[in-house]
Amino acid sequence: MEIFDIYLLEAVLNGLLLGGLLALLSLGLNLIFGVIDVVWICYAELIMCGMYAVYYLHVQYHWPLYAAMPAAIVIVAMLGVLLHQLVIKPVLAAEPINQLLVTGGVLFFLQAAATLAFGIDFKNLGVSLPAVRIGEMSFSAARLIAFGAAVLGVLGLFVFLRKTYLGTAIRAISQDRAIMPLMGVSPGRIYTLTSALGGALAGLGSCLLVLQYDVHPAIGLSFGPITFLICVMGGLGSMAGGLIAAFVFAQFISVGGFFFAVEWGYVIAFAFFIGMMFVRPQGLFRR
Amino acid sequence: MFLQVSKLTKRFGGFTAVSDVSFEVAEGEILGLIGPNGSGKSTTFNLIAGALKPDAGSVRFRGDEVGGLPAYRVAHAGIGRTYQIPRPFKKLSLLENVALAAFYGANSRLSREKAFELAKDSLKLVGLQETKVEGLGASALKKLELARALATQPKLLLADESLGGLDHAEMDGAADMLARIRAERGVTIVWVEHIMGVLMRVVDRCVVLDHGVVIAQGKPADVAKDAKVIEVYLGTDAFA
Repeated sequence: MEIFDIYLLEAVLNGLLLGGLLALLSLGLNLIFGVIDVVWICYAELIMCGMYAVYYLHVQYHWPLYAAMPAAIVIVAMLGVLLHQLVIKPVLAAEPINQLLVTGGVLFFLQAAATLAFGIDFKNLGVSLPAVRIGEMSFSAARLIAFGAAVLGVLGLFVFLRKTYLGTAIRAISQDRAIMPLMGVSPGRIYTLTSALGGALAGLGSCLLVLQYDVHPAIGLSFGPITFLICVMGGLGSMAGGLIAAFVFAQFISVGGFFFAVEWGYVIAFAFFIGMMFVRPQGLFRR
Repeated sequence: MFLQVSKLTKRFGGFTAVSDVSFEVAEGEILGLIGPNGSGKSTTFNLIAGALKPDAGSVRFRGDEVGGLPAYRVAHAGIGRTYQIPRPFKKLSLLENVALAAFYGANSRLSREKAFELAKDSLKLVGLQETKVEGLGASALKKLELARALATQPKLLLADESLGGLDHAEMDGAADMLARIRAERGVTIVWVEHIMGVLMRVVDRCVVLDHGVVIAQGKPADVAKDAKVIEVYLGTDAFA
């Protein structure tokens, strides 16, 4: 193979790895929107909280990562429930724009609170994972792990939604929320459980991101908007659409970055998004 | 009394949809709730099933007040309900649709096997053999709606049948099915309908609503002779 082809292949594979991670991030947001009909604009800030949780438990309190990470997942799941009970529940019947503004408020609240509590400096785990060489290509082990865990997370959620009653109820309520109570299902309970699940997915995301990136109060802004745009492009609330859009977006970033410069990858990806909104404003799939 | 509705009232703005409606249902009976379109039948149903909160009055089911409870708690109390316009979950399989109702309906946490068994039983009772929701016709969708309500193991079934979209053979079939459901499951039934003829054949008693008020109640034969009922229905095709 020509050296150019090898680098291109490497870029495509790196895009695939990034796509897995973005897919996981979009999944939680889509799940929440699909079931509760509210967009958690502050989703990435929950992830930021999870990253701080892993950092403090591991670095400050010397918990091993295999204990700190599950703990962080539980913490973010509880944050998700808290967010639902305190912020979402009172605006469930409100206009969508108000719901958006309220969760937007939570975004800046969490950012400001994190700055107050943890300071503005970048913190990292100090864990450096080696690069994995395959032939003449090299991949970051952190990315490989993140990809593997993201795929497992996506599959786990899929099995849960298909094979359990709660999962069936969650799929059902996203189709017709008014009829669910007739089956004896309390919508409030399903909403709370879905919030916990969405939070847990954000928690898993934070474990994978903290392996690759430093955590700081504004870290959410680096992947919050992209996660949201992926969900919109896939069709808000459509999990399948979100997964496909995540991989498409990641290829634009990775391969676009390969042909031009890394920053260009993002420019092209977002330009593609804007174009898509003209062609298919409802997203790839409709819920 | 099995079901006791007293002085039930519901207003929408200045419009009183249901006004001081009172009637009783005895255990094991099939009661026809009839009246022309817009007479308040569906609103009464919604008030009993918890889809709407009454402005005044009470609904007592087996001694307990259920008026104003959220719909899922009314379902747990043992009241099942079908909608006039079937609302299946289109992305779930037929069996999943019914099994979901079986699992959550009675609030008893059935095992997966038990719930599916109950779902299959209910589908058999209504005579539905298909596996997919997509492509079901009007008559089959009504059967699915009924199977779903039955799977919650109700003691009282509120059937909003409104057979308007069905032909005569299908209407007769639907009427016979309600009779069969009572015979096999021992379920008490309140049947909402605006076409009187087919209903009169299977119900034990009727309550007739007009403009949100009860204008007559009693045995079908007596109600059909009632002057007020005839006046309300005269000149409409619903009397047939």
